[in-house]
Amino acid sequence: MQLLHQVKYLIKKEVLLEWRSKYALNGVLLYVVSTVFVCFLSFVSIVPVTWNALFWIIMLFASINAVSKGFLHESKGQQLYIYTIASPLALIISKTIYNVLLMMLLTLIALFFYMMVFDYVPQDLGLYIVATVLGSLSFSTIFTMISAIASKAGNGGMLMAILSFPVIIPVLIVLIKLTKNAIDGLDRSVSLDEIGLLLIINALVAAVTLLLFPYLWRD
Amino acid sequence: MNKLWWKILGSVLVIYTAIAGLLLGVPHLAILNETIRNLYFHVPMWFAMLTLFSISVFYSIKNLLYGKEADDIRAVESVNVGIVFSILGLVTGAIWAKFTWGQFWSFDVKQNFTAVAILLYFAYLVLRNAIDEQQKRAKISAIYNIFAFPMMVVLIMVLPRLSDSLHPGNGGNPGFNSYDLDSRMRAVLYPAFIGWSIIGYWIYTIRFRIRTIENKQNL
Repeated sequence: MQLLHQVKYLIKKEVLLEWRSKYALNGVLLYVVSTVFVCFLSFVSIVPVTWNALFWIIMLFASINAVSKGFLHESKGQQLYIYTIASPLALIISKTIYNVLLMMLLTLIALFFYMMVFDYVPQDLGLYIVATVLGSLSFSTIFTMISAIASKAGNGGMLMAILSFPVIIPVLIVLIKLTKNAIDGLDRSVSLDEIGLLLIINALVAAVTLLLFPYLWRD
Repeated sequence: MNKLWWKILGSVLVIYTAIAGLLLGVPHLAILNETIRNLYFHVPMWFAMLTLFSISVFYSIKNLLYGKEADDIRAVESVNVGIVFSILGLVTGAIWAKFTWGQFWSFDVKQNFTAVAILLYFAYLVLRNAIDEQQKRAKISAIYNIFAFPMMVVLIMVLPRLSDSLHPGNGGNPGFNSYDLDSRMRAVLYPAFIGWSIIGYWIYTIRFRIRTIENKQNL
């Protein structure tokens, strides 16, 4: 009960802080929009397979920027303060949930903008949206934990990329395969394997994160 | 003698598999022909690698629980030796691929994902180099190591099964599954698994002792 209460409070705090500055939301949205424009101006017409791969590459870098902000941009004093008032479990759960919500919002906005600019809609839009929701879920669970590790190591951006890319590649490959099915408009039962695998990877990452984060947080 | 028996066992098994692997009869399969003997030298490398990485995770968990420096050195040295075995596995596979598939690197799923899995462990070593303080390094790298292990398992055991591989036994290629792998081959393959794992463990204990002595001298 105590934990639930703390989680709720911490999420509220994150949302409030974000709403005051609107830095992550606006910054990353602008980042996505300008990248999409750059891609459009350099490709103009594009085959669906490339369209799909490009979308995930854009989202990969956008989510690294959006999620890593959570831990990397917090000062030592802020972390110490939160350490004294909340349990580490509440902290990591709240950060993850907040990042999941943020990423889902960002990814959906980015997807609609991306479809509008390139004037291309995947055949099975419903499945594509399910895939983007799953994708933002996996990106945020994985990047939240890795950014916590990178921030503790005290060497932000570069370490974040090195540590997270090998971990995110398997997820990215499954995602691209799943969205490729959606683009080709295959029967949905074909994609159940990939959806199941993504959910399993997410459960795995969440379990490991919950087990390990308390050790990481305690200095 | 008490401490020696497993070293003798390992050496005898490896020498036996090297001689028997090259001389004993093998089933004649299309495409593979005599290159089937590579099974005795290629697959045991992965087995030894998995053994060493498992040892590493075991000591990482121990290090998180009790915080002993020796456990940290054990974890990193078994990763070092494991990486050597994984590179040997890639090389033996690539040489074999040159003669059966025509290219050293055929962008086969298993090749690609193993390369990514090795990147994961290189990231672990880079993370260690990024942190100066010994205790902090031990803790954070242990956390990353435990986080990386399930991802490595997904990369090399789960993902390749989802798509067709050129590997024998996958995608309709003749393979060494229960049907083809006759008892003659089992008599060499299973001793090879055990033998190479023991040799890998032996190398790791030597590396561990060298590192401990070096650390004592540097104090």
